[in-house]
Amino acid sequence: MRNKIVLGVIGADVHAVGNQILNYAFTDAGFHVVNLGVMVSQEEFIEAAIESDADAILVSSLYGHGELDCQGLREKCDEAGLKDILLYVGGNIVVGKQPFEEVEKRFKAMGFDRVFGPGTPPEVDIAALKEDLNWPKE
Amino acid sequence: MNAALLIDFGSTYTKLSAVDLDDARLIGRSQAFTTASTDISIGLQKALDQLHIKIGAIDFKVRLACSSAAGGLSMVASGLVPGLTSKAAKLAAFGAGAKVIKTYAYQLTLEDIEEIGRINPDILLLSGGIDGGNSEVIIHNAGMLAGASGSFPVVIAGNRSAQSECEAVLRQSNHPVYTAPNVMPEMNVLNIEPVTKVIREIFLKRIVLAKGLNKASALLDNILMPTPSAVLSALTLLSKGIGKQQGLGDLIAVDLGGATTDVYSIAKGDPVNPSTVLRGLPEPLVKRTVEGDLGMRYNAQGIFEAIGGDVLCDLSGLSKETVSGVLKRYREDPAALPASPEEKKADQALASAAISLAMTRHAGRLERVFTPIGPVYEQTGKDLTQTERLIVTGGALIYADDLDRIVENALKLPDAMSLVPRSVKTVRDKEYLLSAMGLLSSYAPEVSFSLMKAYFGKDDMYAAD
Ligand code: B12
Repeated sequence: MRNKIVLGVIGADVHAVGNQILNYAFTDAGFHVVNLGVMVSQEEFIEAAIESDADAILVSSLYGHGELDCQGLREKCDEAGLKDILLYVGGNIVVGKQPFEEVEKRFKAMGFDRVFGPGTPPEVDIAALKEDLNWPKE
Repeated sequence: MNAALLIDFGSTYTKLSAVDLDDARLIGRSQAFTTASTDISIGLQKALDQLHIKIGAIDFKVRLACSSAAGGLSMVASGLVPGLTSKAAKLAAFGAGAKVIKTYAYQLTLEDIEEIGRINPDILLLSGGIDGGNSEVIIHNAGMLAGASGSFPVVIAGNRSAQSECEAVLRQSNHPVYTAPNVMPEMNVLNIEPVTKVIREIFLKRIVLAKGLNKASALLDNILMPTPSAVLSALTLLSKGIGKQQGLGDLIAVDLGGATTDVYSIAKGDPVNPSTVLRGLPEPLVKRTVEGDLGMRYNAQGIFEAIGGDVLCDLSGLSKETVSGVLKRYREDPAALPASPEEKKADQALASAAISLAMTRHAGRLERVFTPIGPVYEQTGKDLTQTERLIVTGGALIYADDLDRIVENALKLPDAMSLVPRSVKTVRDKEYLLSAMGLLSSYAPEVSFSLMKAYFGKDDMYAAD
C-alpha cells in the first residue's frame, strides 16, 4: 500500500499547531509520516522524499507567503527524479482573503495536485489522499 | 605490580606506554621507527628493548595495541542524498577511525565503480534510504559494487527493507559482506554506533591480517582498533567521566599531521540561544572529521589554497615570495624541519590556518533568515562556541613554540557565523597519552580516566567536583 508521506510547513513559517494536528491525524489514518516540522525549505522536502521513498509531499503554509515559497517545487521534484509524486498544499496559503478558485488555479498551475483552503478539516485531506493513492474503499 | 603495555603503531613511530594499574601511574614510555613495510615486530622489539632499559623487566598483565600504520584504515562511503544518508555514512566511517577517501551519493556509475576499484579501500560502507524508504538506489549500488575489482569487504548499513537483497547480490561477488543496522533509520536520526562496532570487528579480523600487522602477535595480545578510534574512546571517557568521577565536560581535540588534520569534539553543540532553530542532520555527541587537504607538509599547498596567500602572509608577517619559497621546499622535502626563522614563522601560520579551516569545517554554522516576525537564526551542525578545552595531539603541534598564539590566531580567522570555540584553554598531549588511554579504557577504564584527568584537567577552574 502506498502510504508514505512527507509533511512540513514551508519557508520561514513557524505556525506549528496545524502541523502537529496533521501529523497525528495522518498517522492515525494509517499513513507513515515523515514530519519535518516548521521552517522547512524546498530542498529539505525533496531530500526527505527521496530517502523515504515518499508517495506524497504535504506542504503547509500559514503566514501568507505560500505562493513565493512554493514556486519551483514541482520542477525541483522533477529534477530530483521524484516522478509523479503527489504534491498537496494547504493552510492560509495566500495573503488576505482571495477567491479560493483563483488561488487553487494558481497553485495547480505551479504543479500542485490538490489545494486546500483555510480551515479544511483533516478528514477531508485524508479522504482525498487515500483516493489519490488508490487505497481500497472502506 | 599489575602493569599494562599500550602500543600505538603510528605511521612513523611505534610508541609504547607502560602503566601501573594498581597506582594509576605512567611508568615509562619509549618509541622506535615503525617497520610496517618489512616486519612490524622489528620496530616493536626495538621499542620494547628501550622500554626495558628504562624501567626494567616487567611481566605485563595485558598488552594492547592500536594502529594507524600501513595507511591506517581507509574507507569509501556511499549513500543516497548528500546531506542525509551519505553524510551519515561518512560520519560513521570517521567515527570508526577511518580515513574516508571518498563519499558517493545517489546511483553509482560505471566510472564510480572503476574509481572505487582503483582506490581499493580497506572497507566500503554502503548505505541509503531510511528504513522502509528508498530501496531502489541501494540495491542498484549493491549490484554495481558486486562488479567492482578487488576483494574489499562491504558493510551494508542502509534501508532495512533492502538489506537482504543487497546482501544476496554481493554474496555472489568477491567482496565479503557484513551487515549493520541502518546509519539513518528515520529521517534525521543518526545511528552510527552499531556500524562502527562492525567496522572495528572487520579491522580486528581482516585488516590487521591483510596489512601484515599480525606479525607482531607474539609480542602483544591484540590490535584492537585504528588509532583514531582509540583517541575517540579516550576523549569520550575524559569528557563523560566514570562512575562517581565527573568528567571534564565538553572537549575538542585537534591532531595536525603532515598530510591530514583531524578534529574531534565531544559536545552536544545545541544552540546557545534557545530561539535559534536547529536545521539538518543532528550530529553525534562524539564526532570526528578528517581534512584530507590540510597538512603541514604533504598538504601545505592545500592549506595555502584553502585559506589564501594573503592570510598566510598576514599571519606570518612574511612576503608572498618567502611563503611560496617555503611551500616549495616542503613540497620537495616533506620530511623538512623548519630550518630558518622564516620557516618557523611560516609553520606557525600554516598551523593556525589549518586549525582554523579544520575547525570551521567540523563545527556548525549560523545563518540569518528574514521572516515576517523579524530575523531568525538557523543553526546547522554543532555550536562549539562555548567549548573551552582544547587538546592538541600529533607531532606537528605538541612541541610547537608559542602554541597559545597559534591557537588564538586560528580562532580569530573564522567569521562570526562559524560556531568554532571562541576562546580555549589548550593542553598538549605530549606523552601521546590519548591513544594509549583509549586502549586502556577498554580494559581498565577507571585507571585510564584518573591518569587522563590528572594530565589534561590540571587547572581547578574546570574541575567541576
Ligand atoms: C497562533 C498563530 C500564530 C502564532 C504561531 C505559534 C506557533 N508556533 O504555532 C504566532 C504568534 C507565532 C504567529 C505569528 C505570525 N502570524 Co499567525 N496566526 C496564528 C493563528 C491565530 C492560529 C494558527 C493556528 O494554530 N491555527 C490552528 C491550526 C489547527 O489550524 P491551521 O494552522 O490552519 O491548520 C489546519 C488547516 O489549515 C489544515 N492545513 C494546514 N496546512 C495544510 C496543508 C495541507 C496539505 C492540508 C491538506 C491541510 C492543511 O489542516 C490543519 C489542521 O486542521 C492564526 C489565525 C487563525 N485563527 O488561523 C494566525 C495567522 C495564521 N497568522 C498570521 C500572520 C500574518 C502571522 C505573522 C506574519 C504576524 C506578524 N506579522 O508577526 C507571524 C508569522 C510568523 C512566522 N514566521 O511564521 C495570519 C496569516 C494571514 C495570511 N495568510 O494572509 C493569520 C491567518 C492571522 C490573520 N488572520 O491575520 N501566528
